[in-house]
Amino acid sequence: MLTKSIFTRALKRSPWVFHVGTSGCNNCDIEIADCLTPRFDVERFGIKLVGSPRHADVMLISGPVSRACREVLQQAWLDMPQPRLAVMVGVCACSMGAYKDAYSVSGPPDKVLREVDPDARFVYVPGCPPKPETIVMGIVKLLGSL
Amino acid sequence: MGAIAEWVFHLLVFPGVLFSVTLGLVLVWLERKVTALVQWRKGPPLAQPFWDVVKLFGKETILPADSVPRAFLAMPLVAFAGAGVAASLVWLPLLGLAERPVGDLIVVLYLLAMPSLALILGASASGNPLAAIGASRDVKLLLGYELPFVAALLVAAFQVRDVDGAQVSAGTLSLEGILAFQQQVGSVLARPSGLLAFLAAIICVQAKLGRVPFDVAEAETEIGEGALLEYGGVGLGLFKLAHALQLATLPALLVLVFWGGLTATVWGVLAFAGKVLAIVVVVVLVENTNPRVRIDQALRFFWGPVALVALVALLAARLGY
Repeated sequence: MLTKSIFTRALKRSPWVFHVGTSGCNNCDIEIADCLTPRFDVERFGIKLVGSPRHADVMLISGPVSRACREVLQQAWLDMPQPRLAVMVGVCACSMGAYKDAYSVSGPPDKVLREVDPDARFVYVPGCPPKPETIVMGIVKLLGSL
Repeated sequence: MGAIAEWVFHLLVFPGVLFSVTLGLVLVWLERKVTALVQWRKGPPLAQPFWDVVKLFGKETILPADSVPRAFLAMPLVAFAGAGVAASLVWLPLLGLAERPVGDLIVVLYLLAMPSLALILGASASGNPLAAIGASRDVKLLLGYELPFVAALLVAAFQVRDVDGAQVSAGTLSLEGILAFQQQVGSVLARPSGLLAFLAAIICVQAKLGRVPFDVAEAETEIGEGALLEYGGVGLGLFKLAHALQLATLPALLVLVFWGGLTATVWGVLAFAGKVLAIVVVVVLVENTNPRVRIDQALRFFWGPVALVALVALLAARLGY
């Protein structure tokens, strides 16, 4: 139990995020990049943007999942080592937003991920786009739920 | 039995793995903090590298479908072990703890190449095409910087100094011998040849640490962390620790070989710490003010100007400059 708690504490202090844009409008992606700027400086909390899902603890998903992105997103999710978490950034990733019932999309990311991993844990950050503070707060709430 | 226990202690606790890992993680923090300050950010807390590694050790280890499992899993350990032994072999003579000579420059150079070699093999075993690109770039970079690095370090062994009309040189590759020579005649850095060699060596250290502008093997914006791409969890944590060990070893090696080592007084220890920190900060500042070079540019740079400077320094050292 002790070892588990120390690993959980470490995870809370060093969540490395991997960003997947599942064909949104790029608006949320720009806000995610904003989090890394000196004004917000998420490295203060140990949050680091990494280039490979193998290194990541938290996946940031922006946009509704298009048909082309579906399998890629699922594979990237399974490539992340456990324990893994996800943040749905923006209203499209939460509930499809303006893309609801569009012919080219295959569903909101939470449903797509639950197909391959029923135990996946998410937090939803609505907004179009959400402010960087909101994204950071989403990650904080997700880690607080551990 | 006592001797063996002492060796194990030197290797695993002080000044080997435990001490060097702690020092290395602090230096990793320093690196990230200085980078943050350069970018007008606040930067991570002191314990950040420690929590990163603890977290990685708590994660799942995934074997990629196309990997060669045994090589893939063994290589992080090889990298960590090589860097750990190198750290203890450099720090022992520096602190004057070993009763007899433990290893020379050749052993240290080979051991310091171990993390790179292990990373190359591990990346090749992971079966990922981007990791293969990273591995191939790492091989070329290794070929590039080893020649000038060796030539620059040899300057310390071959430098001829004038002592009371007599020509003396260290004439040995053992780290203790080089240290004793410097205590006799002053630091190697004080002569033009030593200064040139030191400059060449610090550029090679930049590449050995995989720092910008020579981070082609791990170019995260281009090949997604390259050679490290498929490693997650414990494997990645061990590679991060090996990197921390290298960060604790290479500046100390440069100070030992060129800058007079460590004297056992308060000022001596402070001066030594200042020198190590200065080297690390120079590496970080170069990292933060330069763009990444291509692999062909890196190779041309190391086999051209840097090798030339190192060889000229070697010649000058022999001629007494």
